[in-house]
Amino acid sequence: MIPSAFDYHAPATIPEAVALLKEYGDTAKVLSGGQSLLPMLKLRLGQAEHLVDIGRIPGLEYVKEEGGMLRIGGCTRESVLEASELVRTRYPILLDTAKVIADPLVRNRATVGGNLAHGDPGNDHPATMLALGAQVVAVGPKGERVIPVDQFFLGLFTTALQPDEILTEIRIPIPPRHSGGAYFKLERKVGDYATAAAAAQVTLSTSGVVEHCGIGLTNAGPTPIKATAAEAHLRGKKPDAATLGEAARIASQAASPSADRRGTVEYKREMARVMAVRALKKAVERAGGN
Amino acid sequence: MATHQIKLTVNGTAREAQVESRLLLVHLLREEFRLTGTHIGCDTTHCGACTVLLDGQPVKSCTVLAVQADGRKLMTVEGLEKEGKLHPLQEGFTEKHGLQCGYCTPGMLMTGCALLERNRNPSEQDIREAISGNLCRCTGYVNIVKAVQYAAERMR
Repeated sequence: MIPSAFDYHAPATIPEAVALLKEYGDTAKVLSGGQSLLPMLKLRLGQAEHLVDIGRIPGLEYVKEEGGMLRIGGCTRESVLEASELVRTRYPILLDTAKVIADPLVRNRATVGGNLAHGDPGNDHPATMLALGAQVVAVGPKGERVIPVDQFFLGLFTTALQPDEILTEIRIPIPPRHSGGAYFKLERKVGDYATAAAAAQVTLSTSGVVEHCGIGLTNAGPTPIKATAAEAHLRGKKPDAATLGEAARIASQAASPSADRRGTVEYKREMARVMAVRALKKAVERAGGN
Repeated sequence: MATHQIKLTVNGTAREAQVESRLLLVHLLREEFRLTGTHIGCDTTHCGACTVLLDGQPVKSCTVLAVQADGRKLMTVEGLEKEGKLHPLQEGFTEKHGLQCGYCTPGMLMTGCALLERNRNPSEQDIREAISGNLCRCTGYVNIVKAVQYAAERMR
């Protein structure tokens, strides 16, 4: 399949890229790893007259801790995130997430920024970033702004990014001691979107109660879902099996999936509950609880 | 619409081409360079038949623009054989019956090649994970895994 004709631009700097986006407005699309955009253009589900490739801009691929934050460059490939020692030792929730995205070949091209900026509720990073309380850095003609990720996903394929803004960095507050997180995904086969998936991040107090928690759901509605009622239910409680089970049940009530070949609404909501239980249990275990 | 003059290295040889923005890498390889060993399978980023190495990493060439390969090093299945001598992976696929129809084979070989470059002693699980983006509908993967193991042993 051949996409409709477009002009490809390869700016060398972020200001150049922003200038191109400003010039071409909503006839332009940002090309990062291209693993979602190019298939959409090929299938002609999407159209663009101009592709602005940010993949050749140096300095957008990194994973580092700095200033109390884990900082992930917008163009960081999933395979780089997966291989990062920092991620492997300190952020297993990110490893859980990266390794179930598409397949290893796609992950050699796909980027973390692209996974978020695409605004697809079936993508895996959004739920994890919601659970982690991440922030997204956007650079546009007026400079840089920081968007909390829970205000980032506005609708199906729609984010808070303006057409002339580029997602340059993801910031995750470095979790305090006694924190842990996990991502569980049910997929029919490698490379599929989630039938249901859940991310959970918890911080336990010294007395072993849940001080902080974040829960995100993938492919459970038109946008990634932050299960706030379930988070509130957990806070201040001992994370025993019954409490985690009840939180997962409440989380699954926040899901409003659509029926498709992956299952009925009822099945998907039930699987969201199961994934949430597993993610919560693993998160608590990684936080050093039971 | 714009065209671009690109320069890249394909299987060790410097190549140049004039490409339209929308030209896919797999079409550049097959139709411009006549390197038809790289197959087009699903054309939807699923099957991996079009896998080539871009700067040493296996990628699906149906989902990369030709212009994105400007200045990069490419390796296709044609680059495996050296001076008439098959790559150990090619021998492995022959010895272990790692193919039947052969459609997925170029992609399997390239993914296997990248795996063995970074890990000469992969476990069965490592191999299965590495090829999880390459679909084969003939072998059930058992003989492909054996073929990669055969090559790994030869290359150690």
